[in-house]
Amino acid sequence: MTAPQRKAVALISGGLDSMLAARVVMQQGIHVEGINFFTGFCVEGHTHAIRKKDQSKNKRNNALWVAEQLGIKLHIVDVIDEYKDIVINPKHGYGQNLNPCLDCKGFMVHKAWEWMQNNEFDFIVTGEVMGQRPMSQRKDTMPVVQKESGAGDRLLRPLCAQHLPATLPEREGWVDREQLLDFHGRNRKPQIALAKRFGFTDYAQPAGGCCFLTDKAYSTKLADLWQARGERRYELDDIMLLKVGRHLRPQANFKLIIGREEGENKFMEGYRKQFIHFRCVSHRGPFVLLDGTPSDADIELAARIVARYSQGRDDDQVTLEVGFTDGRMHELQVSPLPSAEIHDEWHV
Amino acid sequence: MSRHELDARRLLCPLPVIRTQDAIAGLTQGDELQVVCTDPGALNDIPAWCRINGHRIVETRQQDDEIIVTIEVG
Repeated sequence: MTAPQRKAVALISGGLDSMLAARVVMQQGIHVEGINFFTGFCVEGHTHAIRKKDQSKNKRNNALWVAEQLGIKLHIVDVIDEYKDIVINPKHGYGQNLNPCLDCKGFMVHKAWEWMQNNEFDFIVTGEVMGQRPMSQRKDTMPVVQKESGAGDRLLRPLCAQHLPATLPEREGWVDREQLLDFHGRNRKPQIALAKRFGFTDYAQPAGGCCFLTDKAYSTKLADLWQARGERRYELDDIMLLKVGRHLRPQANFKLIIGREEGENKFMEGYRKQFIHFRCVSHRGPFVLLDGTPSDADIELAARIVARYSQGRDDDQVTLEVGFTDGRMHELQVSPLPSAEIHDEWHV
Repeated sequence: MSRHELDARRLLCPLPVIRTQDAIAGLTQGDELQVVCTDPGALNDIPAWCRINGHRIVETRQQDDEIIVTIEVG
């Protein structure tokens, strides 16, 4: 009787390590399919399409591209809502910024484990390398991911398996442990050499990882949003808008999101029914969204700030159109706020 | 064979791909799905997802600011 074809689901981020991990297992005759989770914070993909200057750049989604290079299926899973609890209440805390890396890895492996069971796969593959990341890929935290995800010894990390106790796929002989690897630490040379051996010449190696939450400026904006709202919550639109524009908070009760160029202006116009918004009529200028609950005086101040960012900044008067969420439109004439009155601390 | 439409306007990638994937999960082989998007990234991503998952792109076209991708379910 022939042994059944064993099947593994591989977490594919679009970076080199997960690509190599999947390939190492495929080499041993395992049927591999990829899984990729969209949290809303993924660097991959969308912001490239917002800014006009970036629209001529290659817009490929690296997770899809990796799957295509490997010749495997890729299942992209929307985890936006479930992921909120990970960002808002991380059991293991945050890293340098608002990145809940250890909770995140446990969550993703757990989701992969659920998928594995629902689709009758045998084990999970990740591209983790011991010692590579300060939170989630340490000798003491790798077993935490294994335990808290529920995956237990059905979680195989082919790139550093030889540093870890044998997992079920190894013990059962589904994969040969001897052919797995012993990568360790932050040195990328072994990965680059392995990529060369497999003939991979084009691959992504994002410096800050694949998540906006590792970015200091982005995390500052998210913390500001939570502080202004008096509670730690967000919707997808909130976190999308943190990726675009210049954010200015002149007062605790409102902030302005000022488009920096045509692509951002156009993207933000899509939100005009949800936010009070400003558009310059008399001069060229940015499209601006106002997030908050402003008084009439705040609207006047906001309009003067918007005028400051328009081509009419040095004129006496700038005419603006203000749109409200109930559909009302007002025209306002204001004097641009002098630059000295735009306080540094307003910049989020 | 039946024809279906999916409105993925204003969604940024990979959401148009995810919505396409979820819509196709409920269709049968030979059905046609027309996806309307506004993110130019969809022009690469939806065909890439279709290639790796065995579906056929019948047509991709741009009309004003919209991208229309027609897929035959494989």
